[in-house]
Amino acid sequence: MLTLDYHALLPELIVAGTVLVTLVVDIVTRRKHLVAIIGVLGLFAAAVPILTLSFCGSLDFCSSTEASRVMFGGAYVIDGYALVLKGVFIFAGFVALLLSIGYLESDRYYEGEYYFLLVASVLGGMAMASSRDFVSMIVALELVSGPAFMLAGWRKGDARSNEASLKFFITGVIALALTLFGVSLLYGLTGTQQFDQIAVLSETVADVPLFTLAVIFIVLGFGFKVSAVPFHFWTPDTYQGAPPPVTAWLSVGSKGAGFVALLTVCYLALPAATDVWGPLIWIVAALSMTVGNVVALKQTNVMRLLGYSSIAQAGFMLAPFGAVAASGAGDLARPFQATITYFVIYAVMNLGAFGTAIIIGQRVGSYELEDWGGLSKYATGVALSLAVFFMSLAGVPPLAGWFAKFAMFRATIGVGNWWGYSIAIVAAVNAVIAFVYYAKVMKSAFFDDVPEGIDVDVAMSDAIPAPIGLAVGLAVVGVFLFGVLPGLAANVGNFSTDLLGTLGL
Amino acid sequence: MDWFENGLGLSLIVFLPAIGAVVLLAIPKAQEAALKWVALLVSLVSLALSIVMAVRFDYSSAGTYQFGTAIDTKWIEAINAHFHIAVDGISLPLVVLSTLITALVIIYSWNHWPEPHNPKLLLVFVLVLATGMTGTFVALDLVLFFLFFEIVLLPMYFMIGIWGDRGIREVPIFGWKLEMRLYASLKFFVFTLFGSAFMLLSFLALYFKSGEFLGERTFSIIQLAELGAAGRFVGTFAFLVFLGMFLGFAVKVPMWPVHTWLPDAHTAAPTIGSVILAAILLKLGTYGFVRILLPVLPNEAVRWAPFIGLLAVIGIIYGSLACLAQTDMKRLIAYSSVGHMGFVMLGIATLTDVGINAAIIGMVAHGLITGLLFFIAGSMSHRYHTRDMRRLGGNMVLMPKMGVLLGIAAMASLGLPALAGFWGEFMALMSSFNPLEAIGATGTFRGFMVVGAVGTVLTAGYMLFMLRNVNFGEPSEEWSDHEFHDVETTEWIAWAPLLIGTLAIGVFPKIVFGATNDAVIGLVEKAFGG
Repeated sequence: MLTLDYHALLPELIVAGTVLVTLVVDIVTRRKHLVAIIGVLGLFAAAVPILTLSFCGSLDFCSSTEASRVMFGGAYVIDGYALVLKGVFIFAGFVALLLSIGYLESDRYYEGEYYFLLVASVLGGMAMASSRDFVSMIVALELVSGPAFMLAGWRKGDARSNEASLKFFITGVIALALTLFGVSLLYGLTGTQQFDQIAVLSETVADVPLFTLAVIFIVLGFGFKVSAVPFHFWTPDTYQGAPPPVTAWLSVGSKGAGFVALLTVCYLALPAATDVWGPLIWIVAALSMTVGNVVALKQTNVMRLLGYSSIAQAGFMLAPFGAVAASGAGDLARPFQATITYFVIYAVMNLGAFGTAIIIGQRVGSYELEDWGGLSKYATGVALSLAVFFMSLAGVPPLAGWFAKFAMFRATIGVGNWWGYSIAIVAAVNAVIAFVYYAKVMKSAFFDDVPEGIDVDVAMSDAIPAPIGLAVGLAVVGVFLFGVLPGLAANVGNFSTDLLGTLGL
Repeated sequence: MDWFENGLGLSLIVFLPAIGAVVLLAIPKAQEAALKWVALLVSLVSLALSIVMAVRFDYSSAGTYQFGTAIDTKWIEAINAHFHIAVDGISLPLVVLSTLITALVIIYSWNHWPEPHNPKLLLVFVLVLATGMTGTFVALDLVLFFLFFEIVLLPMYFMIGIWGDRGIREVPIFGWKLEMRLYASLKFFVFTLFGSAFMLLSFLALYFKSGEFLGERTFSIIQLAELGAAGRFVGTFAFLVFLGMFLGFAVKVPMWPVHTWLPDAHTAAPTIGSVILAAILLKLGTYGFVRILLPVLPNEAVRWAPFIGLLAVIGIIYGSLACLAQTDMKRLIAYSSVGHMGFVMLGIATLTDVGINAAIIGMVAHGLITGLLFFIAGSMSHRYHTRDMRRLGGNMVLMPKMGVLLGIAAMASLGLPALAGFWGEFMALMSSFNPLEAIGATGTFRGFMVVGAVGTVLTAGYMLFMLRNVNFGEPSEEWSDHEFHDVETTEWIAWAPLLIGTLAIGVFPKIVFGATNDAVIGLVEKAFGG
């Protein structure tokens, strides 16, 4: 007899309902902004049960016990980890929606379907966070990616947008095939799809070569999703070609889903195989940081630069994984926390960076850095907000990014062996390289003169669209809050693992 | 005044400027008067509070931390990082110096706005810098220290980049040609960031190691110093931690051979940027050595003291020789900092109370004197529109008051007795005659002393060379139909405290030693067993 904990499922139910309503409203009305408003409200409403679930222990009406949060025989779990990530996905979807509203209204694209797809993608991310078996995980992962493929190609008339979509689609499918192949091997070896059972059973098959192969395939497949080197080739082209608000979502939502998949699978299902995925991810992390950063140095287009930056940031997020390589299953909690903390902060600052970039892009009419020259002279506020986000990405205190890097360093050093120290040193050198290209953006905006051909009066003629302003404002507050009181982010990271303890991590 | 004693007073000194910066952001750009007055007011209140603190400081127990927040003020609970700030005899003079320089810089700026004209942004940066500087000197938690240490980077980066020198410079090796300000700002940031990234790794390593001894991991400088004094940090671990911290601090000081960012940054920065850089930011590095590296890793400090001493004397000689080769007045003063900070580091490397006292008074004196020199150099290049010493000359004729001030500052800088610069150099050399016995390299240090003494002669040489070129002689034809305004009122107000301080400390060094001596003796005894 299947009993459902409706309170626990409420966030997903609300968002799923929103998805359907947006589709219907889009058909019956011509006022497309209604669709957007419904999307925003739906996501907002979904955040409420997330809060009540998080503070369930201290609320009266919340009577259900911890155990009943595990559903479908352990395939779907709502714990602190899932709640934190759902919160992040909702926030990211919320910001991406706000950015889209301002963006789409200024161009003439199909609007209704756009919001429908975006909210559906958010739903995928939320389901992803709770999935604890391979079937639901892959369904959720593809629910994130599927709509994103279409969103990336939204500007039909633009060849770059088509290229973005196509590349994203093809690599996405290859990644899926790789993962599925690995999963099928794993299923053949253990006879189960569920993570906690695989974790137990895999110890008996840890010596089988096929098991190693399965782990490698799974990790490689997720490597595409998180755009880690050497699986990153699609990223810059897709980021540059897709509509900017979609890129913002891709860089946080879609990439985040990949990270969640990697985290849950590696830590929950494959703790017996740290000696396989550990060194593998060590190499991938070191490569991502180094290649991402070095190539980013040469970029002149902000969207491409952010693309490479997100590759490098993925490397930083992966570093704690690599550090646990030789340390065995005992020490997994700290790297886990570090990655979550990093991801939460990354989500806020990267969305802010895209939001600001969109504002500037709309005004200047270009995402080429040289056209952004002298921004601070005619739009000081926007330029300062640009500085806040890019310097936060570079990890300069007191902006939130410093704590993300700090948590990452702490986790890697804390492992206490050379796997950890070495990747910490690689990361430290990379943090310096990264600064150089973030500084390049600062140089354009603050140090250079306004280039010829940029008409300041035209650029300043429109006010910043309110939704975009709101999104960027939220992110600015977040960046300062997490930067000055990083305990908040760390608590979120810890909260996510405190409850994981119940899963036997 | 309980509220003042229990940490609130010190917190105000540190954070008032940051609050002021936020207020400035809210004031429209066009209301320059309001912007200036708010910034001035904030900096003066912060200065006044730090003077009150200096007056109320209990000099009889200068070695204990005073005016601090409670040790158990949690800040980031997850990593056991605390908001713990306090001053002792070592940090007190530096806190007063930072608040003083901040106020003076704002006064000087009153009608000396560098191009492009944007007082709002410049003042915001100055105030953020102020918070970072004072914060670094009072932080007693490594994470907090790191945070403040890094906060100063961004405003200074923007200051150099936006208001810096637009002359073209060719980048060595690569052969690119780009504007001085762009090159210098990036170089400044990258060098410092490189050092501090490794410094952070060392801090983290200490944090994890401390858990093995205390049961609970800690970032507390006090607790880590206790562990260090008990000889807990040894072996490869201690060496690696030392290396990371050394990199971080040495870049900031800067020590030879990682000093190359300094001449570029100081020369390219606008006047007030150079003043803040020279007067305060360099001290963050030397302060880090005294506050963190020596107490926490005494064994490594003893082991590597000759090496640090060697780099210090190389810095002294190299800096002086480089000065002799300069034609740009500001660049000469910048290189002189390399030499002076060499003396400071030499004092620290002896690991004796005399040496460290010398280092601290050297830091304060260098802050006052080089601050003044950069002010004067800035004002002169504002009037002459050049800093090329081959074109300058006869300044005594054209601007006699300015010339006299430049003369006094130069004399103080070369270490003339009865002026502040003397004590730092003299005592650093004196201490290297008798370095800590445990180092076991007394002969080597005596060699350093001789080399350092040669350095003082060279210092005198280049300062006199500068005076001859700039002050004396007949003004060249070029300036015959120029009219020069001698020192203005705002300049007098901004410079007088520096002059008075230089004289006062020169005649009566106890102003500084009174605070530092007990604290330094305590530190040395604890770390190196007296």
